[in-house]
Amino acid sequence: MSMLNTLIAVCAAYALFLFAIAFAAERVALRGRTGWLRSPVVYTLSLSIYCTAWTFYGAVGSAVRSGFEYLTIYLGPSLVLVGWWWILRKLVRIGRAQRITSVADLISSRYGKSNLLGVGVTILAVVGTTPYIALQLQSVTLSFEVFAAGDMAAGEEKGHTALWVAAGLALFTVIFGTRNLDANERHNGVVMAIAVEAVVKLAALLAVGVFVVWGVSGGVEQTLARIDASALGRWRIDGGRWAGLMLLSAAAFLCLPRIFQVLVVENDDETHLRTASWAFPLYLGLMSLFVVPIAVAGLDLLPPGSNPDLFVLTVPLSQGRDGLAMLSFLGGFSSATSMVIVAAIALSTMVSNHVVMPLWLRFAEPGATVSGDVRNVVLTSRRLSIIGVVMLGYLYYRLSGGGAALATIGLVSFTGVAQVLPAMLGGIFWRGATRVGALTGLTLGFGCWGYTLFLPSFGPGVFLPEAWMVHGPFGLSWLRPQALFGIGGMDPLLHALFWSMALNTAGFVAASLASFPTPLERLQGAQFVHVFDHSPSPRSWTGGAAQAEDLMIMAQRILGAPDARALFEREARRQGLHGGLPDPTPGFLETLERELAGSVGAATAHAMVGQIVGGMSVSVEDLMAVADETAQMMEYSARLRAQSQELARTAAQLREANAKLTRLSVQKDAFLSQISHELRTPMTSIRAFSEILRDTEGLAPEDQHKYASIIHDEAIRLTRLLDDLLDLSVLENGQVSLNLREGLLSDVLDRAVAAAAADETGARLRIERDPAAEQVWLNTDLDRLSQVFINLVANARKYCDAVRPVLEIRVSAGEEVVIDFIDNGQGIGREARDMIFEKFARVSDQKAGGAGLGLAICRQIMVRLGGNISYLSGQPGAAFRVVLPANIALAAQ
Amino acid sequence: MSDQVDAPRKPSVFLERQSYRRRRIIDAARVLPLLGLLLWLIPLLWTDEGVAGVRSSTAIVYLFSVWLVLVVLSCVVSTALAFRDGPQSPPHDDEAAQ
Repeated sequence: MSMLNTLIAVCAAYALFLFAIAFAAERVALRGRTGWLRSPVVYTLSLSIYCTAWTFYGAVGSAVRSGFEYLTIYLGPSLVLVGWWWILRKLVRIGRAQRITSVADLISSRYGKSNLLGVGVTILAVVGTTPYIALQLQSVTLSFEVFAAGDMAAGEEKGHTALWVAAGLALFTVIFGTRNLDANERHNGVVMAIAVEAVVKLAALLAVGVFVVWGVSGGVEQTLARIDASALGRWRIDGGRWAGLMLLSAAAFLCLPRIFQVLVVENDDETHLRTASWAFPLYLGLMSLFVVPIAVAGLDLLPPGSNPDLFVLTVPLSQGRDGLAMLSFLGGFSSATSMVIVAAIALSTMVSNHVVMPLWLRFAEPGATVSGDVRNVVLTSRRLSIIGVVMLGYLYYRLSGGGAALATIGLVSFTGVAQVLPAMLGGIFWRGATRVGALTGLTLGFGCWGYTLFLPSFGPGVFLPEAWMVHGPFGLSWLRPQALFGIGGMDPLLHALFWSMALNTAGFVAASLASFPTPLERLQGAQFVHVFDHSPSPRSWTGGAAQAEDLMIMAQRILGAPDARALFEREARRQGLHGGLPDPTPGFLETLERELAGSVGAATAHAMVGQIVGGMSVSVEDLMAVADETAQMMEYSARLRAQSQELARTAAQLREANAKLTRLSVQKDAFLSQISHELRTPMTSIRAFSEILRDTEGLAPEDQHKYASIIHDEAIRLTRLLDDLLDLSVLENGQVSLNLREGLLSDVLDRAVAAAAADETGARLRIERDPAAEQVWLNTDLDRLSQVFINLVANARKYCDAVRPVLEIRVSAGEEVVIDFIDNGQGIGREARDMIFEKFARVSDQKAGGAGLGLAICRQIMVRLGGNISYLSGQPGAAFRVVLPANIALAAQ
Repeated sequence: MSDQVDAPRKPSVFLERQSYRRRRIIDAARVLPLLGLLLWLIPLLWTDEGVAGVRSSTAIVYLFSVWLVLVVLSCVVSTALAFRDGPQSPPHDDEAAQ
């Protein structure tokens, strides 16, 4: 009796202590000195609500019953934390960026702020968590019973203990869990109390462990030897369960509402995750380190048939260590209470945001603009939800009778909550995940879990008729709850885990692939998946219709008057307005919605703003933003490619220009040396013969005459060369004045042929003409044109190397007058064709008849006359084509 | 020619080396859980038949050693990351660093 009284006194003192801690933390936070309250250590310790009474007491029991299997429950979360870079980092960032308030809010917000999904996840969470709360109450009651053994009638005490504990927890949670409405603000008091409890439970378990190893067994060596000698001496575990449970606990760690609450919602600084990434696995390792030694000691020291779940308490008690047992009891008590407190906060947030508020919004008559304080509505609904959740746990405990059925509920609950995993991971990693997909997956997974695991867990005949378990419903044997599709012989838990997750994931993926998301879903999806490189918000309200006053009233009722006023003033200042309400711009509405979401959840906030504002638009800019990174990258690389192509083109042009300049420079040098050479040759002979004439006495008159005529010829040649050069220069500079006259083409050709024949040397050239075709009237500079013809005829005469040289002149007059000069010689080599119209270009040296300016002059003349001259390839001999434009060729009269 | 395109974006060699190191530390952070999973799945290969079976003391030592190694490695990696990032929150380019 005295022992029990002491226990009650200690328990009450401890509870008071926790209240004091929470109260002090709130006070400190209120004064703004939150430095150490928000340290990574406190964050890590708050994660320890993962270790509930089920793990505090149950781990030893599990070790006794199934060996090392209990470890998997710790290994999974350790891996999740060690791999924080993969998932947790993103989850925390999304939670902070979107002001997520719970798992249900995360899912609802991701899939287009769908409240249906929010409600679904809330139901799942409540169904999955209630038995778990019952389990905590049971563990506290059981541990009380250990101390109360023989003291009084246990039956009555049992119910009372659970009720008192439940009431106390509800009170604590209501006081410290609903102080402020904004779920995004940390519950400093609660978190601090949880951190202290985390230290207490770790210390308690370590103390018992140290006592068992060094106090009872006598050292590490002896303990290990004792373990090997015990019933747990050999490694014996089902491989499927080892891997499956590790996966399950990892999944549950991400999805459990209470873990999400401390991990994401209460997170104050992302860098805390770094510390937690190693500190929390360390914590878990320490929590599980002494489990097997305690289990073995319990098996050795206690009479057979003792409840292994209570070894943590009964081993110290059996050795007369009452103080240690008391500490251990406090450890278990801490585990149970911290879990219930956080779970109640998390669930109440979900219930009030996704069930109560939407209903209130629908049924409170004029909607969000009604006068009255929504704050109170939300807070009251949250408080009632907390009481409701805790009491639901209590009821469950009473109804289930607190029997062994509860012991298995831990993993059952894990499996249920883990159904959120596909929608959650799909939501943050896969843009294509849709609301329909998430709904399908959750429904399938939840249904499968309920049918194959949850309902059967109450035992045959309670919810599912026994005949169903054996033969399947309505005799459909392939629907037996523990052997779906006829695949029997599996461990029931693994069976349920496998089928529920498989159907869930398959349904989620298939429905996502088949459905089409709404614009809001797509925007939210892009924001979630690309949370690390996205602008704060790519969506906007159409502001026009909203009244700033209405918004102000609504915000006041949710955020409270001072906060709302501060927010509106801040926004007004940012808009450059002084002393008034801010304009309801899309940007302001977004900020407001986000602030509200921190209090009532994304879906409700969206609906409330929507009621006042009227509608939401997805602008072109928003859609552009969704096309986000990929498009930007593509655009950027396309721009780069275009740039580099342009650069390549410019480079090619520059190279070409450079080559041309080089060629021109070479040409100029060649021109200079050519012209000096051309001038020097006649000069040399003129000088030589004039010297002979001057210096030689008694020169024969015929010699004298001969030399004088050589000098004369050379002087003529020199003059002709200079004339040509002058001519070319005049033509090139465009200074020539054309002497336009009318005349017949045949006359021009006659004159040219005659002139070319005047100084005929060598083989006689036969010229073939077509007089009829030549009857074309021209209006052009006939002298210049005939100069071109003379040149061409003379060239044929000079260079045609046929035995009987023939020049054919063909004329065809259409739109243009085309005159072809074709001889029957070898023609001009392909490589020389480019060059023949250049100055001083001569095809061969052996017949150096002219200076090589003839064709250059011809080309300049033709350009001046508006036509052109070109080499005509594909003819038997050398062929030139002269083209005259039609406007100077008049029709033959 | 292509220098003109890259020039404004090219960070100095020193920074290059810094961010390179940072990426590799992130790689390490990614690999760690896989390593842990692998090591913790090794017990699946242990036989539980008679004398050849693994003794529980061995199992305890092995599993908790892996745990300790993971904790130490994780601590090293996250400390190195914190050291590189300085006191401010991590930069946003992480995802692009794939």
